[in-house]
Amino acid sequence: MQEAAGRNRGSLQLRHVDAGSCNGCELEITSMSSPVYDVERFGIRLEASPRHVDGLLVTGPVTRNMADPLRRTFEAVPQPRVVVAVGDCALDCGVFAGAYGVQGSVCDVMPVDLAIPGCPPHPATIISALRGLAGT
Amino acid sequence: MTADLLIAAALVGLLAAAAGAVAPERLRAEVVSVLTVVASGCGLAVALGVLRSGRAAVVHTGRLLPLGGLSLRLDRFGALFVAVSAVVAISAMIFRLGYESHALSSRTASCVLPLFVTALILVPAAASVTTFLFVWELMAITSLLLVLVDHRRRSEVAAAAQWYAVMTQFGAAALLVALVLLATHADSQSFIAIAARSAGVPAWVRSTAFALAVVGFGSKAGMVPLHVWLPRAHPEAPGPVSALMSAAMVNLGIYGIIRVGDGLLGGGPAWWWLLLMGLGALSALFGALHAATSTDLKRLLAYSTTDNMGLVLLGIGASGLFASTGHPSLALVALVAALLHVVFHAVFKGSLFLSAGSIQQASGTRDLDRLGGLLQRMPVTGSLFLVGSAAIAALPPLCGFVSEWLLLQALLHGLPSSDLALAIALPVGVAVLALTGGLTALTFVKAAGIGLLGQPRRAQAVETREVRRSMWAGAGILATLCLVFGVAPFLILPAVLDAARTVTASHVLDPLVRGWHVGLAGAPGALAPGLLGLGLLASVVLTAGIRRALQRAAVRRTEAWGCGRELQTARMQYTATSFGEPLTRVFEDVLSPAHDLDVSHVAESRYYVEAATFHTSLEDAFERHGYRHAASALGWWGRLARRVPNGSVHRYLAFGLVALVVVLVVLG
Amino acid sequence: MTSAWPAPSVVAVSVLQVLGVVVGGPLLVGLMRKVRCRLEGRVGPPVHQPLLDLRKLARRERTRPDRASWIFSVVPVVLVATTLVIALVAPLLSTDPAFGWSADLFALIYLMLIGSVVLALGALDTGTAFGGMGASRAMTIGALSEPALLVAVLALSIPAHSSNVPTIVARSLAHPAWLATPQRLLSLVAFLIVIVAESGRLPVDNPSTHLELTMIHEAMILEYAGADLALIKLGESMRLIVLLALFADLFVPWGIATAPGVGHVVVGVVAIGAKVAALGVALAAFEVAVAKLRLFRVPELLAGAFVLAVLAVISALVVP
Repeated sequence: MQEAAGRNRGSLQLRHVDAGSCNGCELEITSMSSPVYDVERFGIRLEASPRHVDGLLVTGPVTRNMADPLRRTFEAVPQPRVVVAVGDCALDCGVFAGAYGVQGSVCDVMPVDLAIPGCPPHPATIISALRGLAGT
Repeated sequence: MTADLLIAAALVGLLAAAAGAVAPERLRAEVVSVLTVVASGCGLAVALGVLRSGRAAVVHTGRLLPLGGLSLRLDRFGALFVAVSAVVAISAMIFRLGYESHALSSRTASCVLPLFVTALILVPAAASVTTFLFVWELMAITSLLLVLVDHRRRSEVAAAAQWYAVMTQFGAAALLVALVLLATHADSQSFIAIAARSAGVPAWVRSTAFALAVVGFGSKAGMVPLHVWLPRAHPEAPGPVSALMSAAMVNLGIYGIIRVGDGLLGGGPAWWWLLLMGLGALSALFGALHAATSTDLKRLLAYSTTDNMGLVLLGIGASGLFASTGHPSLALVALVAALLHVVFHAVFKGSLFLSAGSIQQASGTRDLDRLGGLLQRMPVTGSLFLVGSAAIAALPPLCGFVSEWLLLQALLHGLPSSDLALAIALPVGVAVLALTGGLTALTFVKAAGIGLLGQPRRAQAVETREVRRSMWAGAGILATLCLVFGVAPFLILPAVLDAARTVTASHVLDPLVRGWHVGLAGAPGALAPGLLGLGLLASVVLTAGIRRALQRAAVRRTEAWGCGRELQTARMQYTATSFGEPLTRVFEDVLSPAHDLDVSHVAESRYYVEAATFHTSLEDAFERHGYRHAASALGWWGRLARRVPNGSVHRYLAFGLVALVVVLVVLG
Repeated sequence: MTSAWPAPSVVAVSVLQVLGVVVGGPLLVGLMRKVRCRLEGRVGPPVHQPLLDLRKLARRERTRPDRASWIFSVVPVVLVATTLVIALVAPLLSTDPAFGWSADLFALIYLMLIGSVVLALGALDTGTAFGGMGASRAMTIGALSEPALLVAVLALSIPAHSSNVPTIVARSLAHPAWLATPQRLLSLVAFLIVIVAESGRLPVDNPSTHLELTMIHEAMILEYAGADLALIKLGESMRLIVLLALFADLFVPWGIATAPGVGHVVVGVVAIGAKVAALGVALAAFEVAVAKLRLFRVPELLAGAFVLAVLAVISALVVP
């Protein structure tokens, strides 16, 4: 965390990957860029290309079909890279734990640097956690 | 001395042809190439000698040809074209050494190729009507035979050659009438005499001769609407021959128009030149548009030849227009710009056609939709093609930039009068120049980007290897010249200026700044291509150095990003067709592409598609609308005429009698 | 015209121009983003945010698709280098920059064209569907916008009898009445449309889109990472500020330094900064107000710009 904050110094770009979420976390992530929360004022943006970002913002339990694309997206991010798991499902599969289509939580697939609990987490919670990464 | 060299060039050329006919097959390519290089070298030496001294090389022999013998006189203007042809021929022959073509090594082809090169060198030296028509026909027929060499393997070749044969003979007929008309009125067939007496020739004769010359020479230069043979014949010819045709032969069409319009007729009324500008603008736009949408690499290059010759015609037209409205100095600048573009076009188009020949030989196809990733497999050829592409797209500091800049300056500046014809024609010319510039950039991003970069679009392309050294050396000579002339145009500009003075405005002061820079005398500012090149180089080195200092870690090579998909194949890349598709849609009215979608359904339900095929094609509008109707009209006329001779001897005797009576009545 | 080595004070002005473009470009982008955010009711990132982004990116790892050739790595360098040359010779602060006699309009526009061409080549070199898509769209738009730009600026060069930019700027300062002629106004509108298209902004392209299929410029740079991406973003912002500064100097030349001396140069810096900032704010406000055009509507817009530019040339020749 400290290391990443020192590296980024006010600029953080993330690529969002929905690994099998119910879209609850997506709603909160979308509202982060609304005029109410305006995450962009902290230098934090979501970008389209994994090459342009510092890490991934992963939501949902990792389903079997998304495990490989998630890994590929992670590989595509230039180093050093961080993984932020957003929501209870991403942390421990939440209500989907043990479902037939679920492979596991995000930390089962790749190392997680920052976990943001909540079902779904409040936008302000996500923003304050990300500000720690961005160093703002 | 120079005259002897001119004879030597012709004789060595003939010797090479003879050697091609008799040499054993395994030595044929080498012997012919070396002798032809020697012949071209002699041609180049004569041309440089004439350009330097200004003394024409003159050869007259009374017997060699019927009707007035052989009469050669190479002045500075002709010498410029001889020099260009010779340099292209030398490069093409070096390329030929490594080019593997069974058809081109046949006895006939080996004999004809040196004759073609010799004809290219002799056409600008011809100084009388008969000599000119003889070497012109020699050039036409030898090039026709060379287009045909591959006809056994591919059926398109025969069709292309048929188009070429018809168009070139049509053009030659027009030239014959034009030159004979002038010779009759001047009472002499020598060009010098015609030029001296042309002022006294009636205006309608002058105009007819000029129009016919534009038709005849224009068809050789690929001028729209007489261009239809060019994008067929140039691509079907073997590699070195298409380079010779597109980089040297088309120039002679331009040579002819200037020689007749400015040289023999000494300029003319404004409408001549407006006509020429109009045809040039049409050619430039039409050629650029078709080049931008072509997917066949060599066809693309051929259409771009039409485009560039259109720009040259635009310059010549502007020059004539300036001269006829009393601006001799501007006329000279415009003519210099046009000639400079001829020279530079020869250099970059020659290099591009030779590289395309290498690509075709190495990969077995010239279809851009099936190429890709060649820069890594053919690093030298690929880089040479990139240089040629940058030059033709007029990117500084390469040569295309200089000539287009000068052409723009000629069209834009130093115009004090508000002559309405000029005020309309010049902005249209500028607009055409700008628009073709944009389209050419797109065309060559497509050609280089799809052909050389990315992944190979089919399995065989993975195996492609670099061609032999002599092949890339041939293309390399011309690509080097692109760079040399681009940063140091002063190496060639004085020669072009002298050449232009031979045919027009010999008395005006030097209109151009001499030295490292190019500029109009008296106007502030100039173009400094050398400085620009140096600045670019320094700034690239600086930027690269900063990047290196900031990030020392090695570049990580990873799989390309495909949204996390597992399957990413080369077929997912854009092809040349898809690259040009947006442009095809934008210019749908002009190009009118034909789409054909064929969907078949499964037997059980119409809601399930079994197979779908999509076919799209772009046809030349002039070919589809103009020529097809003309051909069917000719066919109809032929069938009608066939009824007259029905095989009856009586009828033929009657024809003879009627003809005799008519002749007697007319002459009596 | 002189080919001698320029005086130290003149070189200093040029170096100042280059620094101004390198630092000012990202700041201009930040300012425009700030204005957009404010108009959307948000606070927005600080104006210097693009500089923070660049600082971070410059240290990050560079990646290269496994099938790409050396072209891919050369592209960011060439993009920045060509713009640096423009910044050096173009009259942005003073009508007498170093080598200003060689600052030809045609040369400057073709230097910009090099940048567009290499970006498209780099995109095609990645061998992906997105790269080809972006390159094809960008080149189609460029094939129409570059000519419009060329003709629009050439219309300005006719009354000055020279396409040398410092000469044109000096002449319009000397003849202010000439700024209100029809050819000026026609060429101004054409130039503005081209600026929008060339810099990849709404309504032609949406720089902040996340959908690959709607991208034009962004699709071409999807594969660049780290220091390469930093160079590309820097290059793009430099191209934008150079275009806006050229626009400002050609159409609103007042304030540019016409004589050497610290005072003149300071005025020049303030003037060009204010003009470019005003243009940037206007452009950003316009962007908030319009929606993106369909891709196949864009050529119609550009064809309109081209026709206006040609009319400008005609009127420049007819109405002296």
